[in-house]
Amino acid sequence: MARAVSARRSLLTGILAWTIGLVIFFPILWIVVLSFKSEGDAIAAPLAMLRAPWTFEAYAEVQERSDYFKHFWNSVVISVGSTLIGLLIAIPAAWAMAFVPGRRTKDLLMWMLSTKMMPAAGVLVPMYLIFRDFGLLDTLAGLVGVLTLINLPIIVWMLYTYFKEIPGEILEACRMDGADLKREILYILAPMAVPGIASTLLLNVILAWNEAFWTLRLTASDAAPLTAFIASYSSPEGLFYAKLSAASVMAIAPILILGWFSQKQLVRGLTFGAVK
Amino acid sequence: MATQHSRAAARLMISPAVGVLLIWMIVPLAMTLWFSFQQYNLLYPDRTGFAGWDNYRYFVTDFRFGAAIRNTLVLVLGVLAITTIGGILLALLLDQPFRGQGIVRLLVLAPFFVMPTVSALVWKNMFMNPVNGFFGHIAQAFGAQAGFDFLGQAPLMSVIIMVAWQWLPFATLILLTALQSLDREQIEAAEMDGAGAWSRFVYIVLPHMTRAITVVILIQTIFLLSVYAEILVTTNGGPGTASLNLPFLVYLASIVDNDVGMGAAGGVIAIILANIVAFFLMRAIGKNLET
Amino acid sequence: MGKITLRNVQKRFGEVAVIPEIDLDIDEGEFVVFVGPSGCGKSTLLRLIAGLEDVSGGVIQIDGVDATTLPPAKRGLAMVFQSYALYPHMSVRRNIAFPLKMAGLPPDEIARKVDAAAKVLNLSAYIDRRPGQLSGGQRQRVAIGRAIVREPKAFLFDEPLSNLDAALRVNMRLEISELHQTLKTTMVYVTHDQVEAMTMADKIVVLNAGRVEQVGSPLELYRTPRNVFVAGFIGSPKMNLIEGAAAAAEGAATIGIRPEHLDISSNAGTWAGTVGISEHLGSDTFLHVHSDHGTLNVRAGGEVGLRHGDRVWLTPQADKLHRFDAKGARII
Repeated sequence: MARAVSARRSLLTGILAWTIGLVIFFPILWIVVLSFKSEGDAIAAPLAMLRAPWTFEAYAEVQERSDYFKHFWNSVVISVGSTLIGLLIAIPAAWAMAFVPGRRTKDLLMWMLSTKMMPAAGVLVPMYLIFRDFGLLDTLAGLVGVLTLINLPIIVWMLYTYFKEIPGEILEACRMDGADLKREILYILAPMAVPGIASTLLLNVILAWNEAFWTLRLTASDAAPLTAFIASYSSPEGLFYAKLSAASVMAIAPILILGWFSQKQLVRGLTFGAVK
Repeated sequence: MATQHSRAAARLMISPAVGVLLIWMIVPLAMTLWFSFQQYNLLYPDRTGFAGWDNYRYFVTDFRFGAAIRNTLVLVLGVLAITTIGGILLALLLDQPFRGQGIVRLLVLAPFFVMPTVSALVWKNMFMNPVNGFFGHIAQAFGAQAGFDFLGQAPLMSVIIMVAWQWLPFATLILLTALQSLDREQIEAAEMDGAGAWSRFVYIVLPHMTRAITVVILIQTIFLLSVYAEILVTTNGGPGTASLNLPFLVYLASIVDNDVGMGAAGGVIAIILANIVAFFLMRAIGKNLET
Repeated sequence: MGKITLRNVQKRFGEVAVIPEIDLDIDEGEFVVFVGPSGCGKSTLLRLIAGLEDVSGGVIQIDGVDATTLPPAKRGLAMVFQSYALYPHMSVRRNIAFPLKMAGLPPDEIARKVDAAAKVLNLSAYIDRRPGQLSGGQRQRVAIGRAIVREPKAFLFDEPLSNLDAALRVNMRLEISELHQTLKTTMVYVTHDQVEAMTMADKIVVLNAGRVEQVGSPLELYRTPRNVFVAGFIGSPKMNLIEGAAAAAEGAATIGIRPEHLDISSNAGTWAGTVGISEHLGSDTFLHVHSDHGTLNVRAGGEVGLRHGDRVWLTPQADKLHRFDAKGARII
């Protein structure tokens, strides 16, 4: 690449890329703008709307009228909770598969992956009935459980690919140096694994935050996370553009920021290590 | 490094993960299979018993079934076409050096992080609404009475646009990552060998990206086969059956119509469909595990 | 301290016997090199001594104590790995200090020992850097530093120089030899490079397919290889091995003659041939001579006047001729 690209070509590429980038990003930008307008101005024609005064009205109202923060908190509990429990189960499993691989390790990994392939609709009926009969419908515990199970294969896989990158010789060196298993984990493995675990955590929080099948079907109001809360705007209430925009912005902003930080890990996580 | 002792410990460490996944796989699957052969309608609790293939027959002969299958295929193929081709082109563009490359990358990536219900509602109201939506306003600015009624006139197309908007970033990001792992010396060697830009793309770049493209297509297919939230909040499958897909029909049958047996039969069909794709996806990923 | 004894040591991976059975004595203070082609089991043997692999049978004694089932940390050995295996998240100082910390030494003593080791290895300037910021040679020295601070009974080296470039490899070779002279600790060194083996070892163990082909000092192996394998493996350029009529004339199945033991003449000699490629090294010239017995490598002086295509005659020095029987064993 040590070749000078002509300045003109670079400029043209830049203009084209920026245009496409802004078009793709436009819907998000648009709701950010709408969310700072009054309800009346938000449905006006674009130019008139842009000229209308800016206001925090919509944000204030969303918080007042609905329990926005209850749903926000539910989203946090569900996504973080399911990810943490998932990590708790997955870390030992991935560790064992990466460092003490057996003849069946590969089959085991593939099998775990296959559970991820099961379409939600396929097991909707039994899950609904199980939840109903065990009193789990519309509870945070129930949703945390389901999302843990859904994302467990991805968590195991991501951790596995990260752990695999820790060279075996380092672990051998530390055993030669006199570390027992406890200290091997404490001093060597944990510090080297932390970045991978953090990325896994990040990606899975994002996936769980945006999960929109089980969170819609298994909740009503008490345990409803933001996905379900926003879906309730599909009723005529949706005509309140400014409030819908404000609620949407608040629902996607945290995850958008997390997502931007984790774009590299995203590729690995979503392709099960097939593309790095 | 593997000693007897560590093997036993390894088994112990793997077993919780295997255990919960085993239960998660077997219990609901077995129940779905069981219900699919039972008469079980929540509205008629007294009518129970073995139903044979009846549920499957009812599901397949339901007037909505044909539309659901067709729409599922059109949705999956439509989104795949847009995201794969668009993703390749965008990846090629973003791989070029220009000012603000990193920022544009973030902009392109953003829609992937928008939760499906938000994306669907925003598109439905703020953009596709014929009167107050963005496109409606534009049309009115050009003198039309109202804009095109996307969700009324072309509901499936509208859903495809929404879903494609969410998945284009995914395809772009993965293809871009694959593209960036291409050895620059290969390109330079091809240039020395007299290959033009098009030949370089066809003979060097595209083959290098084949695996990534395969993975993008397969993973998206898995997710696209279960598109649900977007339909729920926009069209509810309608008008009529115009935007009804298989997962939505399963939902309608089992939850709305309360016919658990028939819903379960639909679920089994959805599982079979997903497994056909999963089979190829697993092979593509499994190959990678060797290296 | 540092006497290692292997008795009937075996290693199988499933059905495959990587090491069928080996007996070996490594004496105190010796520099022993395991050498052989890749896959000959030399690294496995080293890992068995280290305790990183379990033996399938036999006994390993260290200083007369049975260490066969001891975990690696309890054997009192230190190892330098091919990839250096430095801990990437620790500074040089903490890398070197790690084994001492594991041994529970007080901090001031650790600091003193680490500083001393860093000084010996010229690492003082980099002591607070991380391995990622060091060059290959520096990383290698950190790995050695981590090994020496423990004052082990013996050092184990697993192809430690194979990731370095040629010039650095020669330097590190000297440094390790120097270290051995200073410390006088037993060293067991695995390599596939017979030059390293020849230049560093007190004792070379030539391995092939998990078996010991010959054990001896470098010159012993060079002068009296016990079989065709050792003859062909030790020495650079390789010994010329000739089969057929020329060998039969000497009453052997194979005869071997080193390049420096062939006299070259432009008018008379035992074997006739034509000069092919000549490699001029300045001090020496290696001529590839095409003869009826195959291409023979001949060492000539630096100022040899022969050119490509010249007709020459070669005469082996009779007392330097090695004779091997049909099974490849040396005929005495």
